[in-house]
Amino acid sequence: MSGHRINWFYFAAPQRFYPLAGMAVPWFAALGVILAAIGLVMGLGLAPTDFQQGDSYRIIFIHVPVSWMSMVLYVAMAFWAGVGLVFNTRLASMLAQAIAPTGALMAFLSLWTGALWGRPTWGTWWVWDARLTSELILLFLYIGYLSLRGAIEDERRADRASALLALVGVVNVPIIYFSVKWWNTLHQGASVSVTKGSSMATIMLNAMLIMALAFWMYAFAVVLTRVRRIILERESGAAWTRAYLSDRSPS
Amino acid sequence: MNWAWNSFADFLAMGGYAIYVWGSFGVTALVLAVELWTLRARRTAWQPETDE
Repeated sequence: MSGHRINWFYFAAPQRFYPLAGMAVPWFAALGVILAAIGLVMGLGLAPTDFQQGDSYRIIFIHVPVSWMSMVLYVAMAFWAGVGLVFNTRLASMLAQAIAPTGALMAFLSLWTGALWGRPTWGTWWVWDARLTSELILLFLYIGYLSLRGAIEDERRADRASALLALVGVVNVPIIYFSVKWWNTLHQGASVSVTKGSSMATIMLNAMLIMALAFWMYAFAVVLTRVRRIILERESGAAWTRAYLSDRSPS
Repeated sequence: MNWAWNSFADFLAMGGYAIYVWGSFGVTALVLAVELWTLRARRTAWQPETDE
């Protein structure tokens, strides 16, 4: 192997990651706004009314993206928590800490929009079905992670304890994903599948995928912004933080 | 490509599913707005420890 090798550990130092994240946030935010605008016009304006579900199906343009994000963010949180636990890197634990609140909100929105969709289509807001129950457990895992962090004063100890919880809880993610296959659920099967393709009309599918991308961009922007706050808060004793803060005029 | 709606009132009515559809989109917008607002507040509320 010759040529340039990227040193991935270079940006593992919070003081180097901080400006990098700061540069990336406006791009993610702008892309998120543009994609959301396109997705909303397609989903709420152009996509035709569904012949079976009427216009209630339009909830899919929020419900599926937030549900995906709730699972993806949990895996990302557990991954970084695990990296922090094994390699004892501060930034990895900070990333896990920054992902959790957004993940919890996505899980809440998944349940909320699911209830509002379930009522007109199934005739009930809630049912103790495998998919719904495992998603509720995901929300509780996020809340548990955040509470455990909040209960431990020392940040490094909080990192380790909450990492264990996050890693144990990751087993729930495949359960959510495959619940519609493993159990006889009221919840429908996957609308988009890697092996079978999609069961939706093209414009509906495209609108949903664009909305999913918009939520990805939103999550990146918010998590990176939050990790910058966390870096400043937790590294407040470090020389670089003091120098940075004294240079910055209070706004 | 055509709009799915004949009028703005049609759009708001969502074929009779207005509370469910707007309840989903509205609460999602609200939740995201609150998250962004608290992130903003976290920056201004937090004061660095100074040596003065």
